[in-house]
Amino acid sequence: MKPPPFRYHDPRTVADAVALLARLDNVKLLAGGQSLMPMLNMRFVQPDHVIDLNRVEGLSFIHEANGTLEIGGMTRQRDLEFSNLVAARCPLMGEAIQLVGHRQTRNRGTLGGSLCHLDPSAELVSVAATLDATVTVHGPNGQREIAFAEFPVAFMTPAIEPNELLTAVRFPLWPKDHGFAFVEFARRHGDFAIVSAAVLITEDGGGRISRAAITIGGLGMVPIRAVEVEQALVGHVPDDNLLREACEACRKLEAIDDIHAPASYRQHLAAVLSRRALERARGRLPSRKAA
Amino acid sequence: MGETRKITLTVNGSAYEQEVEVRLTLADFLRHQLGLTGTHLGCEHGVCGACTILLDGQSARSCLMLAVQAHEHAITTVEGLAPNEHELSPLQEAFRDNHGLQCGFCTPGMLTTLVEFLRDNPNPTEREVRVAISGNLCRCTGYQNIVAAALDAAKRLQSGSTPRS
Repeated sequence: MKPPPFRYHDPRTVADAVALLARLDNVKLLAGGQSLMPMLNMRFVQPDHVIDLNRVEGLSFIHEANGTLEIGGMTRQRDLEFSNLVAARCPLMGEAIQLVGHRQTRNRGTLGGSLCHLDPSAELVSVAATLDATVTVHGPNGQREIAFAEFPVAFMTPAIEPNELLTAVRFPLWPKDHGFAFVEFARRHGDFAIVSAAVLITEDGGGRISRAAITIGGLGMVPIRAVEVEQALVGHVPDDNLLREACEACRKLEAIDDIHAPASYRQHLAAVLSRRALERARGRLPSRKAA
Repeated sequence: MGETRKITLTVNGSAYEQEVEVRLTLADFLRHQLGLTGTHLGCEHGVCGACTILLDGQSARSCLMLAVQAHEHAITTVEGLAPNEHELSPLQEAFRDNHGLQCGFCTPGMLTTLVEFLRDNPNPTEREVRVAISGNLCRCTGYQNIVAAALDAAKRLQSGSTPRS
């Protein structure tokens, strides 16, 4: 197999990459290549130009500032996996990254590539949705920011213009004593999840849930925040009955139906996996850890 | 022939300067242009793991990289694992002794994947080995002897006879 012919560009700066994007038509941006390269090999895409971002400087970094974790678009998934900062301050991402593909793909795959590819089952997409991330893109008119709630506009389609480039993502950090969990069901380790659940919770002094964020991946065309479940939890002590009953709301979420699983099965998984994720996250709250 | 570029890179310790078509995958470059056919191509879309090579010491699927992207990088293929023509690396010896291969198609990807894994995890559990090779498909062995070979290799490398690759 061989990709179709294209012109290859390997700019060294964001400004050069943006200038190329402005000048050229039918362009594909090549980040880690773990999704674009298969599509090129199978000729699902036939770009006239490929702009390789791997030699652009300044797009790979992880740092904490003003209560957020800011991560460069070309930061490798491997670097997220082995980052002490991610493990300590954003453990949801640390747990999720273990489930992203395999070592060989995480060594190349990038945060920005995963978010822009926007597979509804992708773990990093669910993490960004759960943390209410903000995406920074650069285009001909400078930079702009996109709240992650507005980032997916349709199936595998991000709210990025053809002349724009994702450069960084900011993840607002939760308090140090929050509970977190990422669970998924996949046929084999490293496969795309059929359904996944990402959970963040905090508790107040009385052991009641004070804040909750829950995302179901793989269920719909885009990752879905289970707002009804979040609302059912806040203000209550998370006992087994509450978690089970609250998660039943996932059965009413709109689900896709394909060769991998019927919609009803996905909805069932959403209810079960969100409950399991909540149980695991609950076990990580300070009141439970002490017990 | 479409657009080409001149690249310089190191493969198994040897320096190369080559003219490549920009759309050429690294896997096809290694096999067809350098004649290093030890790197196998199964699916060519990043699922089977047979084409795994080491890029600056880290495993990567050579079907999911362009040859031009290897410019100024160091590649190790299965041909670069043995210390010389007459000896095998401890990992390769362990594969031979444990019948860790049958048809041999997946073997180059298994070996390169495990070189990185055993370097980073010198004393792995069976479960960790199984997760490590979860991105490499084998249709012969049922994986059992590959796992046994990897665990045996870890022991051999630990005992430090000749810690290589």
